[in-house]
Amino acid sequence: MELLDRSIVEVQAALARGEVSARELAEATLARCADPAHAGVHLDHDPARTLAMAAAVDDKRARGEPLGPLAGVPIGLKDVLVTRDARTTCGSRILEGYRPPYDATAVARLRAADAVFTGKLNMDEFAMGSSNENSAYGPVKNPWDPSRVPGGSSGGSAAAVAAGLTLGTLGTDTGGSIRQPAALCGVVGVKPTYGRVSRFGLVAFASSLDQIGTFARDVRGAARLLEVVAGHDPRDSTSVVQPVPDWVSACGKDVKGLRLGVPREYLGEGLEPEVRASIEQALELLRGLGCSVVPIDMPHTRYGVSTYYVIATAECSSNLARFDGVRYGLRVAGKDLRAMYGATRDAGFGPEVKRRILLGTYVLSAGYYDAYYAKAMKVRTLIRRDFDRAFEQVDAIVGPTSPSVAWPFGQKTADPLQMYLADLFTLPASLAGLPGISVPAAKGAESGLPVGLQIVTPAFDEARMFTLAHAFEQVSPGRWDRAWPRA
Amino acid sequence: MPLIDRAQVLHVAKLARLTLADDEVPVITAQLERILEHIAQLSEVDTEGVEPTAHVGVDRLPLREDVVAPSLDRAAVLAAAPDTVGHGFVVPAFVEE
Repeated sequence: MELLDRSIVEVQAALARGEVSARELAEATLARCADPAHAGVHLDHDPARTLAMAAAVDDKRARGEPLGPLAGVPIGLKDVLVTRDARTTCGSRILEGYRPPYDATAVARLRAADAVFTGKLNMDEFAMGSSNENSAYGPVKNPWDPSRVPGGSSGGSAAAVAAGLTLGTLGTDTGGSIRQPAALCGVVGVKPTYGRVSRFGLVAFASSLDQIGTFARDVRGAARLLEVVAGHDPRDSTSVVQPVPDWVSACGKDVKGLRLGVPREYLGEGLEPEVRASIEQALELLRGLGCSVVPIDMPHTRYGVSTYYVIATAECSSNLARFDGVRYGLRVAGKDLRAMYGATRDAGFGPEVKRRILLGTYVLSAGYYDAYYAKAMKVRTLIRRDFDRAFEQVDAIVGPTSPSVAWPFGQKTADPLQMYLADLFTLPASLAGLPGISVPAAKGAESGLPVGLQIVTPAFDEARMFTLAHAFEQVSPGRWDRAWPRA
Repeated sequence: MPLIDRAQVLHVAKLARLTLADDEVPVITAQLERILEHIAQLSEVDTEGVEPTAHVGVDRLPLREDVVAPSLDRAAVLAAAPDTVGHGFVVPAFVEE
């Protein structure tokens, strides 16, 4: 198996032993990216920059200088993270060609760790979407089946890892935008606890929900990448002052005796039969590892989509006010300032972003605030209490990440509500700010497409999440090297 | 009776500084109606006495020392703008002479 198809942790060791150079790895990623099958994954791809970063790492190593923890490891970045040496468009026309003057904190930490950047990855416009079809720059194909979506909004981040174009990627998750595409592309995707990773330089969609996380082929790789980007940052007042544990060491610990709760509401109507069968098989495997698996009740799950689409759109309508044609990005001329704002935003934003801005403005407007926004904030409290009660009985909550496998392009685009309902199982943990991971569980018996198992643990208990995810991965028929058609 | 009509969509679009094309309005109105019909389920939840959650982390926000630190380079910031003059951003006139 080629090095690009191995874990970040193994590749780090091979680099440290001098078995492979950063340049060789960079060349291998560039060779794969040149395959036209992967067109659309990147929004900014600059081979010269990637090779220069790799050469700099090799030079440092040759000189015997100290190297960072990801020295020479190829990493891709979702295009919602600002980068000082690459365009940042957020998948939107309104930021076409924009070159930010600074790096996001997560990006700066990867740079300081001597990672090698492989490009900026396609996404739904401003991270709003579940299929990557809302990108202004065209779709991303699912590497398992090019007629199907990769999921979203971090579709490029998931597809890049699945196709072996890079070893790990950063994504962002507001309501499932890491976990869902990870499930649909058959890779590992982690959304840490809200506050774990600085949002400085993450172009905001919904500030009370947005969180940066990681993608990799395996659990240890995703854990290693998260260790590097997590930790307090004085430039984000919501980033928490908490030590970052050694999450890679959490992988490999025993899970015997762990109590796992399966919400009855997650196995109800609307779940595709092959997803249900794959998840039931996964629960049997977890029992085989010595975990007890019990049904639990999360009675407010059914209100998750409504609650989320009020709160997230309200916050988005406020956050996206900054795109006004004055300080960056597109400007469309108008006879006066107001006409310039209106014309710029009409031309620059795509249909889904407009819908969400309008919905968010509506739920915050006079006469509707109490019925929608104030109400949704209270239901959010009830959703949090569902988790608090569940964690009095169980150590982790497990279930399907997505109700379906990857669907064909165009299937849900005519009906935005159907697209929103695809996020049913990932939204509650987002509203509660909890850590969640999607781990490949199986290939669906009917479609042969990947199914993901979601694991949610209490706030700041990513260690237990990684321990359980890693133990499951070892026995999962969906594990990267067992399931991927090319492996 | 619909939950949202054309006039409300145009009002909200004005508040959001979004000039919609004529052919966009009926499509968006119908889509918002369908979404609002779903969201209406929130009214069936008993939230009497329930505290709202605006943010999950407000109780643990750290404070930092109030000290001056360097910010972004002005020339680099201005370089990204559509139109500038000197140290400022140029916008269409919005005050009557």
